[in-house]
Amino acid sequence: MTKTTEITLTVNDETIHATVPVRQNLVDFLRHGLHLTGSHVGCEHGVCGACTLMVNGQTVRGCLMLAVQANGATVQTIEGYADSGRSAALQEAFAKRNALQCGFCTPGMLASALGYIDAGGAADRVAIREHISGNYCRCTGYQSIVDAIIDVIEETNA
Amino acid sequence: MTGPATIFDQPNRYIGQPEPRADTRRLLQGRGRFVDDVSLPRMVHAAFVRSPHAHAKITSIDTSDARSMPGVIAIFTGADLAEHVTPYVGVLSHLAGLRSAEQYPIAVDTVRWQGEPVVMVVAQSRALAEDACDAIFVDYDPLPAALDAEHALDADAPVIHPSFGNNLAWERTVDVGDIDAAFAAEGVKIVEREFRFGRHTGVTLETRGTVCDFDPSQDQLTVHYSGQAPHMMQVIFAKHLGLAEENVRVISNDVGGSFGIKIHTYGDEIATAVVAKILRRPVKFIADRFESFVTDIHARDHVVQARMGVTQEGKIVGIDFDDLTGIGPFSMYPRTSAIECNQVLNLTGAPYVLENYRARGRVVFQNKTLMCQYRAVGHPIAMAICDGLLEDAARLIGMDPVELRRKNLMRDDSYPRASATGMKLDDLSHHKALHKLTEIMDYDALRADQAASRSKGIYRGIGFVSMVEVTNPSPMFYGVGGAAIASQDGATVRLDAGGALHVSSSITEQGQGTNAILAQIAAGVFGVDLDRVKVTTGDTATTPYGGGTWASRGAGIGGEAMLQAAHALRDQVLDVAAVMLQSTRDALDIRGGAVTDLSGQVRLTLADLARTVYYRGNELPSDLNPELIATRHYRVTDFPFVFTNGAMAAHVEVDTETGFVKVLHFWAVEDCGRVINPLLVDEQIRGGVIQGIGGALYEECHYSLDGQMLNASMADYMVPMAAEMPDITIAHVETPTKTSVLGAKGAGEAGTGGAPAAVLNAVNDALSPLRASIWQMPMTPERVLAALDKGQKTN
Repeated sequence: MTKTTEITLTVNDETIHATVPVRQNLVDFLRHGLHLTGSHVGCEHGVCGACTLMVNGQTVRGCLMLAVQANGATVQTIEGYADSGRSAALQEAFAKRNALQCGFCTPGMLASALGYIDAGGAADRVAIREHISGNYCRCTGYQSIVDAIIDVIEETNA
Repeated sequence: MTGPATIFDQPNRYIGQPEPRADTRRLLQGRGRFVDDVSLPRMVHAAFVRSPHAHAKITSIDTSDARSMPGVIAIFTGADLAEHVTPYVGVLSHLAGLRSAEQYPIAVDTVRWQGEPVVMVVAQSRALAEDACDAIFVDYDPLPAALDAEHALDADAPVIHPSFGNNLAWERTVDVGDIDAAFAAEGVKIVEREFRFGRHTGVTLETRGTVCDFDPSQDQLTVHYSGQAPHMMQVIFAKHLGLAEENVRVISNDVGGSFGIKIHTYGDEIATAVVAKILRRPVKFIADRFESFVTDIHARDHVVQARMGVTQEGKIVGIDFDDLTGIGPFSMYPRTSAIECNQVLNLTGAPYVLENYRARGRVVFQNKTLMCQYRAVGHPIAMAICDGLLEDAARLIGMDPVELRRKNLMRDDSYPRASATGMKLDDLSHHKALHKLTEIMDYDALRADQAASRSKGIYRGIGFVSMVEVTNPSPMFYGVGGAAIASQDGATVRLDAGGALHVSSSITEQGQGTNAILAQIAAGVFGVDLDRVKVTTGDTATTPYGGGTWASRGAGIGGEAMLQAAHALRDQVLDVAAVMLQSTRDALDIRGGAVTDLSGQVRLTLADLARTVYYRGNELPSDLNPELIATRHYRVTDFPFVFTNGAMAAHVEVDTETGFVKVLHFWAVEDCGRVINPLLVDEQIRGGVIQGIGGALYEECHYSLDGQMLNASMADYMVPMAAEMPDITIAHVETPTKTSVLGAKGAGEAGTGGAPAAVLNAVNDALSPLRASIWQMPMTPERVLAALDKGQKTN
């Protein structure tokens, strides 16, 4: 049950060599193996979106991917976007709009929002609501999150 | 009240301003500190074997295989733990007659709901602990279960606690005026409905969890806790684990949603503390999502028979109702599971002038997950009963529902007064709020659109609610009944040597912005820039003693304590400054981090003042003993609760082919007294509305006939997602409460309490041309279609 394997991957621009249980999912490895606790776990079956992060530039659910599957991959977590400045505009807009309360969904929500903006998503409320519908937020009314994403798109296009 | 009302006339710059929260910066960079982020040296992990039965005798537990599995450190049954912890009973003396049985953290001999902990495994990792759980064999002898609350009192129902003789936990009746005579009077028309409110739950995105550590050299338990009331939990751990209260430290850092879920005594969390004490090392337990669904408190679960009498002229003569609610096999400790029903009896009809009022509430045991106080306790039931019947009555007499409200709402100039049930009311503004609501929603235009849409076969509806909200509770809520739950809160503010303020408070942060408003109040009242205030909350070792954040009490009670403390420190600092500057307190002010004269000319920076006091006291007169720290406490004294009011409206479209309800827009006008930060209050209300819409349209815990929760996963339990939710327009009426200088009331329950009634009314308004109506929440497509079928058959 506790078979392990060695993996090498890039996490937030740092090369990581690790021995991981083959059954461990990526987000548990990041949280408990690397102490990158910014990615959260809400359901462990790909529904809530709290563990959304970037693997090779694509948003993925950290709970639906095994750590061993990330061997050779480039992983970016909330800590990485924040430190690199990649999510700076979104962070600013989320703070200004109070687009978070408890903050538990926020890292995943930011990852989804980044995915939307990177793909050239429009400042369209319906499309944004559709896009973030894989991310549960139980505190806000979602409206401020939509507002924040629109602010960033409009500022970028201005 | 002490402190000048002129606090709000000064250029305080912060109270009332939409300042972004400082805490968001941490959370937006992945630097939150939630309980599962805590990792301590030698920490081990807990997992639980849980009951697969709703009701069964435990006949044997075989842990022998599990004990030798890799990484397993210890295994405990209920009997093992019962030697180390005293049982608890969820009753309070002011809820006369309420009964419940002794409860242990882990079931002993009998299990009474699916999900009840049966065996605890502690291992080197959660995964290894779960492996060992799979190797534990528990034999059960299933017992007949009492599941359906409506049959729990039947003569042949299985009795969950045999010594009680039946499954009745509590009953209360209210009888004011003469309802039978009022209903029988000439010209009075009666509407009568059976309301059903589904059982749902909180689904905090961060599941419950704890990390407990025990230091035997100090007899000290430290609990990292995801919750709302650290001091309440300190007392509970001390009492039941046999520790001195001062030897229990409860730390609550970031909390990933709570909504009333994380303020109760959960067996798995108590067991984790007990085992940390036994093993003398840190133990972590983090519930997985399945465990959350079957063990977090559930909410609502009411069946209500209700009648309202109204004259053709639109006078509501009274309400008569019978509420039955199922609470699971125990009353939750320590707040009890009778408060929700009690609130329904207290709050139904509270916005209206009602001369006749009769109600009966019954709270029954059943073999399902425990039910207890979730956000807007009792409010959605109370508001839906009254305002649902009100709009039904409006249809019956052919009157606009806004007009019918106007005829019956208490006048804004009629306070102080009492509700029919004796609730003391003051500083409410129902008429102003309703007027503002119809303005911002452009009511007449919506009605015109509704008529035009109907002619095209599109069924849109508009529904309202006028509501009250219980906030700022006094000792009459829990303390009076013997609960060790503080009703007062404290705040301390200290001027540091660098001229910054350090604030600590007993209210807690779960994302609503507690820390932010404390900083705004301190900065605004004292006179420093907002970024020079550091805030500490959520730690019994370092904050004043108090109740924490629940029942929308943080801003109103904790905020007032903060205001009083900041004002006291301001006076102290000005006294020191007056000596140093050879001036007087009245001739000086504190602005922007400096002592100034009244024109704003800087005389002395706070850093200079503080450094003189702290480092060079020799420069001060020897009879001057400066205190650069102040603490104040505050409780509500004149009222059991401070009520707020609001008016809300939903605009919906019902697809009569599929039964789907789409909420097109929602409006909320809230009077929470003085608004400390509109950015936070507005989003708090929006979030509340969304949870209310969840209860109205989506959320329900489904059970099989043998007591298995059928949708205990996020894939199967529906919560509101961004795509289905409307934009929500918020507006305010500000009637500050006279019970405090700050004048703030709570705002956290409003949306959840009011939205279900507004959505119910909007759906029924949409269905009315089809002679159909629905009185069951959630209003799922299936139920809407059934209502439409029934309407057709009636035609």
